[in-house]
Amino acid sequence: MHDHLQSVPAPAAAAAAAATGPTAGAELLKGLWRENPVLVQLLGLCPTLAVTNSVANALAMGVATLFVLVGSSLLISSMRRLIPTEVRISSYVLIIATFVTMADMALEALVPDIHKALGAFIALIVVNCIILGRQEAFASKNGVGRSVLDAVGMGAGFTVTLLAMGAVREVLGSGTFLGVSVFGPRFEPWVIMVLPPGGFLTLGGILLGLAWWRERRRPVAQPGPAAAVVVPTTRPAEPAREPAEVA
Amino acid sequence: MMGDLLWILISAMLVNNFTLVLFLGLCAFLGVTSRIATALRLGLANLFVLVVTAASVSFLNHFVLESAPYLRLIAFIVVIASLVQMVEMAIKKLSPTLFRELGIYLPLITTNCAILGLAIFQTNRAYTFVQGQVFALGAGLGLMLALTLMASIREKLDFADVPAVARGAALTLIVAGSLSLAFMGFAGLMSGS
Repeated sequence: MHDHLQSVPAPAAAAAAAATGPTAGAELLKGLWRENPVLVQLLGLCPTLAVTNSVANALAMGVATLFVLVGSSLLISSMRRLIPTEVRISSYVLIIATFVTMADMALEALVPDIHKALGAFIALIVVNCIILGRQEAFASKNGVGRSVLDAVGMGAGFTVTLLAMGAVREVLGSGTFLGVSVFGPRFEPWVIMVLPPGGFLTLGGILLGLAWWRERRRPVAQPGPAAAVVVPTTRPAEPAREPAEVA
Repeated sequence: MMGDLLWILISAMLVNNFTLVLFLGLCAFLGVTSRIATALRLGLANLFVLVVTAASVSFLNHFVLESAPYLRLIAFIVVIASLVQMVEMAIKKLSPTLFRELGIYLPLITTNCAILGLAIFQTNRAYTFVQGQVFALGAGLGLMLALTLMASIREKLDFADVPAVARGAALTLIVAGSLSLAFMGFAGLMSGS
């Protein structure tokens, strides 16, 4: 039984590595944009909406999640042949819960204010679908190096998305960025943006913008002159808009 | 005493609705709400798991975790995972149709933040056993309410003339935002009592 488990994944992993080729960089970068966990895969929405009412909270949440993701990917990918398939999910959850407990204690010791502001959501990293999803979809099938790269990329993609949400909500909702006033004293803050509905509306808006951007980009590839007249006028604005939205 | 319990119920159900105000359990909220019947049944399954979890958590807190608080998270998640496993087996046996309908979202109740969130809130607020049960009941009813409301809106939206670009997740989130806005109205109940 055990032999069986050991002999099967090795060639599969080798084949996968050969098929995707040498691009360790691609493994790292895919989480940032092409397979962004929040914007493309729609995973981990609870923390994305709940803690992004300020940039500082978003950053702390993103970094804590990144830590847990990298730690559990490292451990699980190195133990992937020891964990029996039948109990893999429970084993993953236990490993993840251990790392979350560590992150929880570290944040409580280092930045008590932010720890208090995030409240239960630090503990709730355990049930963040991104983490379990990456273990199941990637770390359990790939080597340590690739799994860590994948985890760093996904974690960074998550953090960047949280920061984008946090920036939009804090700037509009409180008129500040990281606590520094942006618009001056005469700005009337859109209080709704820091309240729960603002989270839904901001993410909805960002997804709408992305879908619209993809829609605009698609016709460029195939049809001819009719579209070409419209597109160049909007095209230059788009690339500038994309990084602004993400970074 | 009775008023206190009623207040916990209303607060968990409306004022601090788990899904629309605290953002817990969004995966199911966005994933399973295309049909009212399915949403209602998933809500019921969630309600059941919530109430049983609340009971187990209050036992755990009382008898085990007093002496080892750092094991809290790990103990909770193990209890929840085994509970969901049992519910899954029961539903598979009792109603295979429902089992197929809920699909992946049934085992995913384990990673539904609402359940773990409930366990943590209950511990942080030091609820007694009865208070915990009422809290879980309120949270579960609130979850069911949110799921059903969302599903009924989305069933109507299927026939609406929405631009293609907005269909899917973006529209669902914006609708959820408006629902959440409506629920903010219940915040006014808070100051009265």
